[in-house]
Amino acid sequence: MKTQLKTFFAVAVTAAAVSAFWMVQDAPVQAQNSSSSDIPRTPDGKPNFSGIWQTMNTANWDIEPHEARHGPLSALQSGAHLAFPPGLGVVEGGMLPYKEGMRAKQEENKRDWLRLDPTTQCKLPGVPRATYMPYPFQIFQAPDGTLISYQFAGADRIVHMDSPDMEPQVDTWMGTNVGSWDGDTLVIDVMGQMPDTWFDRSGNYHSGWDMHVQERYTMLDRNTIQYSATINDPNIYDRPWTINMHIYRNLDETKMLEFKCVEFVEELMYGHLRAPGSPIGDGITPIH
Amino acid sequence: MKKQTFLSAAIAAAVAGSFALSAVNTTLAQTDPNYKAPRTEWGTPDLRGVFNFSSNTPLERPREYGDRQYYTPEEVRARDQRAAEAAAAGDGNSSQGGVGGYNQFWVEGNPVDLNLRTSMLIYPENGRMPARVEGAPIAFGGLGPDYNGTRPVRVAVGGIAKDGPEDRGISERCLLGFNSVPPFMPSMYNNNVQLFQTEDHFVIFNEMVHEARIVRLDADAHIPENITQWTGDSIGRWEGDTLVVETRNFNAKTQTFRGVGVSSDKTLIEKFTRRADNVVDYEFTVIDPKAYTDKLTAVVAMFQTEDEIFEYACHEGNYGMINILQGQRVEDGTWDYENNRAMLPQ
Repeated sequence: MKTQLKTFFAVAVTAAAVSAFWMVQDAPVQAQNSSSSDIPRTPDGKPNFSGIWQTMNTANWDIEPHEARHGPLSALQSGAHLAFPPGLGVVEGGMLPYKEGMRAKQEENKRDWLRLDPTTQCKLPGVPRATYMPYPFQIFQAPDGTLISYQFAGADRIVHMDSPDMEPQVDTWMGTNVGSWDGDTLVIDVMGQMPDTWFDRSGNYHSGWDMHVQERYTMLDRNTIQYSATINDPNIYDRPWTINMHIYRNLDETKMLEFKCVEFVEELMYGHLRAPGSPIGDGITPIH
Repeated sequence: MKKQTFLSAAIAAAVAGSFALSAVNTTLAQTDPNYKAPRTEWGTPDLRGVFNFSSNTPLERPREYGDRQYYTPEEVRARDQRAAEAAAAGDGNSSQGGVGGYNQFWVEGNPVDLNLRTSMLIYPENGRMPARVEGAPIAFGGLGPDYNGTRPVRVAVGGIAKDGPEDRGISERCLLGFNSVPPFMPSMYNNNVQLFQTEDHFVIFNEMVHEARIVRLDADAHIPENITQWTGDSIGRWEGDTLVVETRNFNAKTQTFRGVGVSSDKTLIEKFTRRADNVVDYEFTVIDPKAYTDKLTAVVAMFQTEDEIFEYACHEGNYGMINILQGQRVEDGTWDYENNRAMLPQ
């Protein structure tokens, strides 16, 4: 009886929270009508996040509110392709709470974005950026270990669902990932990341090891996830800050294909060390 | 960390001349016909877990064993004892000349449990490689000198020159791991894989180069022929308690198998069977009529471990590629090592 009562209250509180959330978000009517009973569930009753997902926003260009702008001088040949699309931003409250003096590095990064952005060199994007890069990712959910595999750079991370006390033993590009459940919300604590990744193409950055990222995945209906990530990095920011966005089931790319971008960046990274006259390319991949 | 601890312990034991046989139990190499694998929540055999597929079983069977597939446990123990004594006789630290490379610390060549197979190959029946098709492309890389060849370089390790990154093997370029080009095979180190399962997918996650090969269990057709990939396109189905995975649509940038052929001509059939609580047998069949006159089938025993998979970020730290190319440019006289720039015209 006690458990049932608890469950009732949990459901009631969750329902209230969800309603409040929707009122704030001004969600479409159809989505408001969905209920948590519509979402797919695993045999153990948890929401089933397995599937191919993708975001649909401009956070990868700039997580802060931003207007459209020129791409870098060195890439003007690419015309509209490398210009920055505008976006309302995904950070709660608008701008990031940089500590005094810490904004300067972001501005420096932004000025030389194309050269300095680690993802230009096909490096693993880190978390949370992997979530909102404009490429699909696939979740394979299990009670003990959930795998999230990203198309970009073949990045992936194993979310340990049965090791709540796990701590990072060494710093990694995609972090040490500890998962847990808060009701129907999948919570992932990401720790021990390398300092080498960015949040976006605008050079927003973090300090690595001391950063704690807490992600929350809540399924609104079978094809939509409400995603948030709270970043706590006291070395760079005055206070923790949160990004919010939706993740959508990718109903078109039903098989996630490879995007092993390493071979596409070799000339960029090693071209200066090429022997005079040595051709670019492996001889069978066309480069026009 | 646990893995490293184990490795260190194993090496210490080997050097002491008493390789950790006491630590292994006597899992039989043959399948217990009465064994029933545990089930997933949706009723299929449960293959999930982290496995180590290190092995000192040779790919090909020594000829004197003919069609005999298994040693006795006593024979294996005697063999390992001899190997441990030989290892103890060396200093355990030297690399093979040159500027130094991998020493014994790195070598992960022993299975973590008793493996009685006389060879990985079980077909052809004599445990030997089938004949190569005359004229099939052939190239053997390795840690030694470069070999004579042209791009594309399809070998995993080694290369044809140091003029550009494309002259190096695909693992040196961090495109695929040297033990995880499908099919994955025991190699010098990092023989770890985690298997993930959902109702409609299976994932083979090799630790080497964080390679997650996604197998669709709900598909009856491969992706279009004009889409090829480094790890091909894998679809799977259950045959009794065995998961059978068929992979094709490989690109033309790796070899078929063991130095021969072009991967785009390859069909790979892999079978995963849990035959004991801590063992999954990994059986693979390579079919490429342009490379080999017959198919070949091998079995690798994978032993489940409580260890975890770590991130193997290869490309992100590939200083090796810079050093290989830069070193050669210095030798060519076109790179100013002191000032780290191309040699200025005289």
